[in-house]
Amino acid sequence: MRKILASEALREILLPLGRMALFVVGAGALFSAIMFALAFLAQGSGADKLLLETHKMGILEYTLGQLPQVLIDGMTLGFVYAAIALGYTMVYGVLEFINFAHSEIFAIGAFVGVEFLIFMDRLGVLAAAGPLGSYMYLVLALAVAMIASGSVAVLMERTAYRPLRNSPRLVPLISAIGVSFALQDVIRMVESLTTGQFYRVIPTFGNFDERVALFSIPTGGAPIAVNIQVKSIVVIVAAVLMLVALNYIVNATKIGKAIRSVAQDRTTAALMGIGVNGIISFTFLIGGALGGAAGVLYALKFTRIDPFVGFMPGMKAFTAAVLGGIGNLTGALLGGICLGMLESFAGAYLGTFTMGRFGSEYKDIFAFLILIIVIIFKPSGLLGEQVSQKA
Amino acid sequence: MSLLELHEVHGYYGNIHALKGVSITVDEGEVVTLIGANGAGKTTTLRLISGLLHPKKGKLRFDGKDISTMAPHMVLRQGIGMVPEGRGVFPRLTVRENLEMGGFIIKDKNDVRKGIEYAFTLFPRLKERENQKGGTLSGGEQQMLATARGLMSHPRILLMDEPSMGLAPVLVDQIFDVIRELNAQGTTILLVEQNALMALSVAHRAYVLQTGSIVLSGKAVDVANDENVRKAYLGL
Ligand SMILES: Nc1ncnc2c1ncn2[C@@H]1O[C@H](COP(=O)(O)OP(=O)(O)OP(=O)(O)O)[C@@H](O)[C@H]1O
Ligand SMILES: [Mg+2]
Repeated sequence: MRKILASEALREILLPLGRMALFVVGAGALFSAIMFALAFLAQGSGADKLLLETHKMGILEYTLGQLPQVLIDGMTLGFVYAAIALGYTMVYGVLEFINFAHSEIFAIGAFVGVEFLIFMDRLGVLAAAGPLGSYMYLVLALAVAMIASGSVAVLMERTAYRPLRNSPRLVPLISAIGVSFALQDVIRMVESLTTGQFYRVIPTFGNFDERVALFSIPTGGAPIAVNIQVKSIVVIVAAVLMLVALNYIVNATKIGKAIRSVAQDRTTAALMGIGVNGIISFTFLIGGALGGAAGVLYALKFTRIDPFVGFMPGMKAFTAAVLGGIGNLTGALLGGICLGMLESFAGAYLGTFTMGRFGSEYKDIFAFLILIIVIIFKPSGLLGEQVSQKA
Repeated sequence: MSLLELHEVHGYYGNIHALKGVSITVDEGEVVTLIGANGAGKTTTLRLISGLLHPKKGKLRFDGKDISTMAPHMVLRQGIGMVPEGRGVFPRLTVRENLEMGGFIIKDKNDVRKGIEYAFTLFPRLKERENQKGGTLSGGEQQMLATARGLMSHPRILLMDEPSMGLAPVLVDQIFDVIRELNAQGTTILLVEQNALMALSVAHRAYVLQTGSIVLSGKAVDVANDENVRKAYLGL
């Protein structure tokens, strides 16, 4: 019996890992194929000629040469989006309500983590920390941020959403938007009162900024070096670990099954002795903690944060959740990875293909185009079940 | 002292006065049935007992303890199990997981496992469907699952809301056999039924509910022989 249980647990760990790998490979292959086709068609175009002049290689070669780096960056971004998207989708799963303030939960995580590291830096321990020590401080920063974000999320549900639980669906949504703005200003106020600045920069420490050279691609021009930043590896590993842990909690533990029961039928769950309010709080706690950790990882990757740092990643993660099928955990993973890839591809190639008319600053258009397309043509998302309006 | 006692209970949905001073008692070891037409207030009565609805007036006591204002998850912990109307099977949990949720309050995993084994001996069909999602079961199988799940917490009293609804006659017989067996093993049962004939045949005592009030009560055999009941509910 014990053996069976152990293998079941193992399955709940290996299955999501397999899914993640599949999604990364699948999304990567799909976008690569599209890009390749576009590059093929663009041969002989102005962009092609320009590249031949400046880089001594055609657009096809250029596109292929950039690909590995684009895929690595897309994957990194994708896992961050997936971690945020899970917060949206879990809350939607149990309450059928979109917690628009989740982006601020993410921002709070980023700020708490960064402030913690800045504080450690001031104490001098960060610079003194060895390679192992720097990872320990990062883990600590993640832990502190997760506790802070998780607690704020629980508090938010308790004060701003629970009293509205039986109101029409639009009401808690409006409350969430209000909470979102309020939290943005709270962060801004706290930061300006305590530090006099609106933005913070994560201290440089450890070896996170180093790059690991993977391989180099010979081309007609200069060879293209493919490398991965240590912090990207850290982001990917941390996100994957958390996603596996979350998957395990939801699918294989008793409290996870209780979460799913509450999501499927709150009344019957209560009749089974499940404390529905406690379960909803717990859902906010883990969704919030995950969002907070994503905030720290985001800060590590992009270094600079401000009180509005949550908005764009939040919107994209929300889009990812909708793309995957909101309420569906696997869907959030798939949506996050797709969106990360899309953004990375758009950012890398948009400028080249349009000869600089549209730079990578327009990359976000694609994410929101996806949102609109999904909502129009497949509101249930890629993996979602039929969206049924609850009476 | 009765195990379960409803004293002059009034239940409202907003302004709708659905239960108008209902008094019911269930003694330990009894099968008591509550019969009545559609909309009489049977489900409302069970909702009040299980804490999904709270009485505006009147008291509910279980084992001497006031449960009038208790939340549903606490009511269950007192020993009141529920097989809800419409079965309430969790559609995207497997049969086994549904049963596990029935035993949510039980800390001992071994105890839960034994409960599931017992459920499978009660309804072998569920064993065959163990890893199938609840939502993909047939109506009869869902009823078996809901009944088995209601037993998982080892309730002292099991509330059953129309367990025979929508079932083929063979399955109805099977469900009622299970009710008899459970009762023989000591489980007290409060059974709400449209199928008055069957309900009166298993019950010791019966209450007849009509538009929110008890109009008749007594021994099941006596109620079954009542002229009005025979006309209205037994179609005789
Ligand atoms: N949620 C609700 N809101 C308003 N009125 C309700 C609600 N639920 C039930 N009622 C009303 O309360 C009365 C009693 O309903 P109840 O569900 O208890 O009937 P019932 O005896 O179980 O009927 P049935 O045999 O059809 O299940 C009905 O008139 C019904 O319309
Ligand atoms: Mg009913």
